[in-house]
Amino acid sequence: MATTPTLRMSAEIAQKIREHGAQGYPNECCGALLGRDADGTSAATTGGGVIQPPREILALFPLVNRRDDSPRNRFSVTAEDVRDSEKVAREKGLDVVGWYHSHPDHPARPSQYDREHAWPWYSYIIVSVANGKPQEMTSWRLSDDRSDYACEEIAIRDSAAK
Amino acid sequence: MGVKVIIPTPLRVYAGKRDSTVVKATTVGEALVGLTTEFSDLRKHLFTDEGKLRSFVNVYVNDEDIRYLAKENTPTKDGDTISIVPSIAGGSDLFCCRR
Repeated sequence: MATTPTLRMSAEIAQKIREHGAQGYPNECCGALLGRDADGTSAATTGGGVIQPPREILALFPLVNRRDDSPRNRFSVTAEDVRDSEKVAREKGLDVVGWYHSHPDHPARPSQYDREHAWPWYSYIIVSVANGKPQEMTSWRLSDDRSDYACEEIAIRDSAAK
Repeated sequence: MGVKVIIPTPLRVYAGKRDSTVVKATTVGEALVGLTTEFSDLRKHLFTDEGKLRSFVNVYVNDEDIRYLAKENTPTKDGDTISIVPSIAGGSDLFCCRR
């Protein structure tokens, strides 16, 4: 049976994602998740059968939403932004392990458009922002066959326990 | 000696965790065919069901975007480096779901 992969982050990082969502409202915000996969033994398996170790987010790289034509329900990160994000991650000894974006006045659930444009392996965090206030935050990974998203458990640790 | 193809991080799991491979190719299209022949699980992430390069897959030859060259017909020679770089997009179904 498939097990839910886990995405770990500090309370501070979770708060920064929520704040970016609120600052961007009513438009979608976006940014890169910088971190690494753990080599622990508590590996999880997605529906596609790829072993998914727990993943730790250790830093963020907030980006500008490039979708000027429809920023309230779309976000875009250009290839140049991706390269910049990878450079920043490398400088910190980390990888770009995923992306976050907000859904203004909409649930934190991936849309059909999200799925069609997703890459595998990356974690996709979605934060819902209702009337300017951040609400639920979820994370997702695309299945190997591109047919579905697997929900990823977000484990937020106490900032004091860093 | 051939053409080096840099595999982006999210696709390395489908390429034996390798970050690059070397293929024999005289065009970008041939290089991508060579890549997806060697690692067939990459195909569905790079190409649509109709065999077209997905819109969020960006390909560079020695840092030049092939959209500004001859796209998949862009010629390559031994020693060239092809980079596959993701772009990221998404968004809510806001307007179709609002009553």
